[in-house]
Amino acid sequence: MTTTTAPASLFNRDAFHQLLAENPLPEWADEQRRSCMDQLEKLVLPDRRQEHWMRTDLRMFKPDMWGLRPASSSEPPAGLLSARFPSSNDQSHDAQTMGRPDYAGHFKTINGHVVQNEIDPALAERGVLFGTAEDVLASSGEVLKNHWLQIIDSKDDFFAALHGAFHRGSVILYVPPGVRIAEPIHCLAAIDDGGVDTSHVLVVLGEDAEATVLTETAACGAAGSGTGFHCGGTEIVVGKNALLRMVNVQNWDRGVWHVARQKAIIHENAKLQWTLAALGSRLSQVAQDVALVGKNAEAQVNGVMFTEGKQQLVYNTLQHHEAPSCRSDLLYKGALQDRSRLVWRGMIKVDKAAQKTDGYQRNDNLMLSEAARSDSIPGLEIEADDVRCTHGATSGRVDEEQIFYAQARGLSADEAARLVVAGFFQQVFDRITIASVREALATAIGSRIRRVS
Amino acid sequence: MSERLEIKNVHVAVEGQEILKGVDLTIGRGEVHALMGPNGSGKSTLGYAIMGHPSYEVTQGSVELIDSDGTRHDILAMEPDVRARAGVFLAFQRPMAIPGVRLADFLRHSVTNVRNPDRKEGQELMPMRDFRSELKSKMQELSMDSDFARRYVNDGFSGGEMKRAEILQLAMLRPRFAILDETDSGLDADAVRLASESIARIGGAEMGILIITHHEQLLEHNIPLQTHVMLGGRIVESGGPELAAELHKQGYDRIRKAYPEAAAAEEAMEAERRLEATTS
Repeated sequence: MTTTTAPASLFNRDAFHQLLAENPLPEWADEQRRSCMDQLEKLVLPDRRQEHWMRTDLRMFKPDMWGLRPASSSEPPAGLLSARFPSSNDQSHDAQTMGRPDYAGHFKTINGHVVQNEIDPALAERGVLFGTAEDVLASSGEVLKNHWLQIIDSKDDFFAALHGAFHRGSVILYVPPGVRIAEPIHCLAAIDDGGVDTSHVLVVLGEDAEATVLTETAACGAAGSGTGFHCGGTEIVVGKNALLRMVNVQNWDRGVWHVARQKAIIHENAKLQWTLAALGSRLSQVAQDVALVGKNAEAQVNGVMFTEGKQQLVYNTLQHHEAPSCRSDLLYKGALQDRSRLVWRGMIKVDKAAQKTDGYQRNDNLMLSEAARSDSIPGLEIEADDVRCTHGATSGRVDEEQIFYAQARGLSADEAARLVVAGFFQQVFDRITIASVREALATAIGSRIRRVS
Repeated sequence: MSERLEIKNVHVAVEGQEILKGVDLTIGRGEVHALMGPNGSGKSTLGYAIMGHPSYEVTQGSVELIDSDGTRHDILAMEPDVRARAGVFLAFQRPMAIPGVRLADFLRHSVTNVRNPDRKEGQELMPMRDFRSELKSKMQELSMDSDFARRYVNDGFSGGEMKRAEILQLAMLRPRFAILDETDSGLDADAVRLASESIARIGGAEMGILIITHHEQLLEHNIPLQTHVMLGGRIVESGGPELAAELHKQGYDRIRKAYPEAAAAEEAMEAERRLEATTS
């Protein structure tokens, strides 16, 4: 007979001291962690009276089940973004493999323990910093001190403080001014069944820099039903005139609790293309903020969500226009199967100084079953008087007449349904400029669609 | 290889209301048949029923493909896509838009399946190079701009563009039997002439075609072996091409007088539709 054993570690003071000993950071960063720990002890789980958590059901989440996990011996998963595009040594001329990225760097963790960490040596020579938070902050902390855990709030709720105190397996990319990295950098945070990931991602691009960063989460093994807990944070700084393409794919197993806070700061004339894709988790609570702080900055935000079973995904987005003449354009598209639920709550906030703002937000959902449910709640908060801000939301079903039309041309009902859903996502795929990401997402979503009834 | 499409005593109901009340029609390979009749007489219903639309229930009768060796294939037992793979084609009066799906990609799936009826989803599609060159030449024959194939299926198409896209699909799929449901509606006189010529070129000796139309122009280059007149859910009269010309010029008054029972059925169906329109 097996009995439930106590978890290896809980997010308590003892575990915290152990973490400080095992993963030391510079004193200033440890001081931050300590103050987050102090804060964590004062906080309880968010409840539904809090605006951002109003539509999130945390009743089954038991914080005492989760704690930092020891290193795992599992084989790391290949991931969605790299699995189909293996090494560049493959000399195949098949058109299908065209557009395959040749990576500039790789970073992989399992349960917050680093298993792969490499960067193109030529980039390191040009001053690019890429690696664990421990290494990068120890060697070049001064450059990053103003950014590391300064962009997202790590005190204002339980999960934020937990992340601020217990982050581990974190990765930093710093691209110095003027350095352009052509190939994508790939980061994969994995857990095994019952695993925990608290990793933090910090990406800083200096003036005139350029980079493409693909981050994804996945479970080891192929069961699909494993449990786990992710409490993560992502911070992005796009310097003056810089260009960043950022992709986050959340592809956890179906029993994983996913809480993430993500924020980007975009400076003058800089551009961020930020794509969020979500396929996995049991419950997701994601805050995605972009702050346009310099004149003429631009943010394009793309969301691709596919939910099934009893998955529940909640997104709170903020497009904060702090400077004049900035553009932000958000498009979230979701397809919902079975009894799943998808919530998007968006806000465009325009400060008084942000004249000539051009802001747009849109959420389209495609319902693949009667029992699925989606909520789209756009919002505007405008203090400037010379702006253009609009929003839109739609919710529709796959039309049986479309299926019949395609069937009449020889496509099976399943094939037709997949084509209709692929078409639904095409509008957002058309915006994602990285071919390999488009293909990987289209394939992953296609394989999940079952006969629409 | 199927030689005949045989429709026997077909009755079709939509939401419990009987629309077709016993239709018999046999179309041989290489033959053109015209089907005419007033609006609401059941012409489109016949097309949908043959193609297998789920809302059109065949309550009686049979639709079969008959091979040259006499083998019969009951198409009513087939899913719509299997019917398409067996060589049946319906050009829709109102084709559906599929936003986000390029006409070329849609057609590549379609052509691959129809030419390899046993293909399972996920198996290889027709090689891109072959497909593209075939599509290009077909589009040239139909005087279509090559950008057309890059547009999303029927999404934002004008009425005329939709009909031309249907003809392009007909040309690419080369079915055994094609039902063209008002492929001339929404087209101007020049476009109808072009459509008529195109259909004649695509059809030839290999294809049996049923042309549903109100006009005779589409028949200009597709001289029907027989013209059938539908009224009140039945084919009440069949004749040669001169019948199409007569109906186009003089309408259906003679037919209604000659077949009072069918005319009464037509009126009853019309009354029921009006009642539904006011109550819904």
